[in-house]
Amino acid sequence: MIAVEGVHKRFGDFVALHDVSIRVEKGSLTALLGPSGSGKSTLLRVIAGLERPDSGRVAIGGVDVTARPPQERGIGFVFQHYAAFKHMTVAENVAFGLRIRRRPRAEIRARVAELLALVQLEGLADRYPAQLSGGQRQRMGLARALAVEPQVLLLDEPFGALDARVRRDLRAWLRRLHDETHTTTIIVTHDQEEAMEVADEVVLMRRGRVEQIGSPRELYERPASEFVLTFIGPVSRVAGAWARPHDVEIRLAPDGADEEAMVERIVHLGFEVRVELVDREGERLTAQLTRDEAEELELARGDVVWLRARRLARPVGGEPGHGSNGHVR
Amino acid sequence: MAEVTAPLAQPLASGARRQASGAPLLAGALSALYLGVVVLAPLVALAFAAAGDRRAFWEATTNPEAVASIELTLAVSAVVVAIDVAAGTAIAWVLTRDEFRGRRLVDALVDLPLALPTIVAGLTLLALYGPRGGLGVNVAFTRAGIVLALLFVTLPFVVRTVQPVLGEIDRELEEAAASLGAGRLATFRRVVLPAIVPAILSGVALAFARAIGEFGAVVLISGNLPFKTEVASVYVFGRLNAGDRAGAAAISMLLLALSFATLLLVAALRRRVTRHER
Repeated sequence: MIAVEGVHKRFGDFVALHDVSIRVEKGSLTALLGPSGSGKSTLLRVIAGLERPDSGRVAIGGVDVTARPPQERGIGFVFQHYAAFKHMTVAENVAFGLRIRRRPRAEIRARVAELLALVQLEGLADRYPAQLSGGQRQRMGLARALAVEPQVLLLDEPFGALDARVRRDLRAWLRRLHDETHTTTIIVTHDQEEAMEVADEVVLMRRGRVEQIGSPRELYERPASEFVLTFIGPVSRVAGAWARPHDVEIRLAPDGADEEAMVERIVHLGFEVRVELVDREGERLTAQLTRDEAEELELARGDVVWLRARRLARPVGGEPGHGSNGHVR
Repeated sequence: MAEVTAPLAQPLASGARRQASGAPLLAGALSALYLGVVVLAPLVALAFAAAGDRRAFWEATTNPEAVASIELTLAVSAVVVAIDVAAGTAIAWVLTRDEFRGRRLVDALVDLPLALPTIVAGLTLLALYGPRGGLGVNVAFTRAGIVLALLFVTLPFVVRTVQPVLGEIDRELEEAAASLGAGRLATFRRVVLPAIVPAILSGVALAFARAIGEFGAVVLISGNLPFKTEVASVYVFGRLNAGDRAGAAAISMLLLALSFATLLLVAALRRRVTRHER
């Protein structure tokens, strides 16, 4: 559906994208994930036509759109800071793309009503953006982008400016919306939890390159590099090897253990208990136990314990930044 | 609102708060006094001078030459302001959106008409566009000459009110419009223009008020031919020279009322176009 091939993009001396190639399946929801400065937003903007690549090609629906302006790409774009047209009502904002296309009034009215119902803003059609909450504004932004029936929906950190609770709600809602509309969607995020929760496929980026492409589960279970391993989900270093916190076992006796450590803090998270430890080298690590396990051990701050990694988390093959075409299967 | 209700909500925190609420009161009184002396007093004096004799006032303001001068002033000012809106917005656009060599020089140049004594501007324009002008264009003693002179002195107003607002517009709004299919023209008309209309209106108010009252830049190039190129301010000056103080005051009063009405109208328009911000 979307094919990006060998895209390079520089801003002055800064290389934003270096030989990036990705494919996005029709009807999928793909997350571009990475730390800030990894090039994920630039890649999205290149796909949208808001940024021109220095070299490489972008195709949407089998058509090369590299030379086309955003108006002619059949996209819908949602911005982190909403980009609401402040002098227009909610309904006028949503109708914008349809009015540009000179659709008949009756059709516009019907379509706007339909979209406002879809994003649950029915009662607010005549409000101005200044009278909406952040979450409502972003839902309006989404309705506005969907109004033109884009082939591709592009979201640039859409929930980044919202508080944590609203962000979680909207995230789940976006996933449900996608399951209803099946519009091919790319979402940019720096939040790995968000990417894992919402996306079918995750493109993990680092320093302008694609680090790994795969399903959330593949990235977690078969990370292609140490960067992927440490970026996707928490890890601890036990005796020089990586392990997930829930694979770190705490023992009260040294036999069979890998490393000695001191309990620094015990955090009760409900069903689970997170134990924060520090080893002899002063390195911090965490172990995640169930409440029952923790109670049995009767841990207290300052206790010296022994750790064993039940299972190690290892990158499978490939060097960090091994390439940009890496579909790891 | 918050500042007003805060002392009521916290009656115990007295000292600092009383000072805080006392200071604005003093500032308010000082502002009122200042405005009274500098703005209001001359206006009241003028009103008294004009209204001293009702019949004289009536005669002065219905005098055909006076009426012609006021009509000319309004017509010419309207033309000038319309050109200012187009040219001023374009210049503001170029200054905020385009990077080119000498941009800062052009930026500084925009303020020049404000810095120049207007009589000097009048002399310069006459030298350039007059009968012996270097450009071969002679607009001396014509209405076009008046328009030119007024354009010169009112240029900065629209530029300087629009420029900062244009610079503040979120570029994402234009990208959003583009992603929704809007071309450059549609984006300007539907997204950018509505955002700068309040600023344009402010510029219009300033430019119009200035154009109505301009004397120095116009007096030389217009030639002051009664019924043809005599603007109101020059007519007032002529009345004074003829010893007709009451007549001069009457026309001045009328000009003042027109300026004030324009400001009120523009303020009302501004409120209308910014209603979505409340």
